[in-house]
Amino acid sequence: MSFKSAVITFPGSNCDRDALSYLRDLTYGEVFNIWHEEISLPKVDLVILPGGFSFGDYLRSGAMASKSNIINEVINHANGGRYLLGICNGFQILTETGLLKGALIQNKSIKFLGKDCYIKKKFNNKFNCNIQNNEVLQIPVAHNEGNFYCDQDTLNYLQDEELIAFEYCNGEYSLDDANINGSLHNIAGITNENRNILGMMPHPERAYQDFHASKDGKKIIESILS
Amino acid sequence: MRFKILIRLKNQILEPQGKVIEQSLKSLGFEEFTNIRQGKLIEIDLPDTLNEKERLKKIDAACKKLLVNEIIEEYEVLG
Repeated sequence: MSFKSAVITFPGSNCDRDALSYLRDLTYGEVFNIWHEEISLPKVDLVILPGGFSFGDYLRSGAMASKSNIINEVINHANGGRYLLGICNGFQILTETGLLKGALIQNKSIKFLGKDCYIKKKFNNKFNCNIQNNEVLQIPVAHNEGNFYCDQDTLNYLQDEELIAFEYCNGEYSLDDANINGSLHNIAGITNENRNILGMMPHPERAYQDFHASKDGKKIIESILS
Repeated sequence: MRFKILIRLKNQILEPQGKVIEQSLKSLGFEEFTNIRQGKLIEIDLPDTLNEKERLKKIDAACKKLLVNEIIEEYEVLG
């Protein structure tokens, strides 16, 4: 049985094609591209909410997309225990739907960050199980609102329940300050309690081809497929 | 009837735009302006046929459902 996946496209998504190529090239299975106005989702193993500026980031990043027609189906998909990955704007959409805790606010530096960054795995889950504990991944970020925020109780909960998947760390592109955007506890990605939903600011779909600066993004899909 | 909803980031959350505005005002000679924070204002028309309680109830529901993210923001209905 081959692995099936889907990418949701919202008006303003701009990483949906990268996400589609990422899935086609690495899963070798059927990949669907679903428009946000659709009300049904084919039965797939993984759904990606891609990066971009859905609905122009109006009101708050991800706020409008989180109320799209397709989102109910995406929630049903995730409630069925299948994988859901939100990348960048996709992560913002996941926090706005409440599927993931916290919120992503403006970068502390007030700068749009478009560069490579370094992350490492914090707690093990199905999205990072093929990555070693001290392995450093080089993956690009491209965001203005990537500063992860939640209240202290939630932060303790994320830590105690081991829901933090990735944290920013030092490397060539973040020599002085690993924490590129001001995120609490250097958080770059978190999961839900069931660990079938991951939201992350870095873009693994921009780090897997020969012409990319790094191929570390492959490791997310390889973990899921393993 | 027209309503105004004032939305602001909670106090404990850094509001970097306000800080930049403050720096710019300072450079223009407005040194007394401190602790600047930028928020947003949403204006809405609601039919007069609804009574005040109904209107506020509807505004509250819309704020909770879409207009405000209560993890990071708070709101006030200015009427």
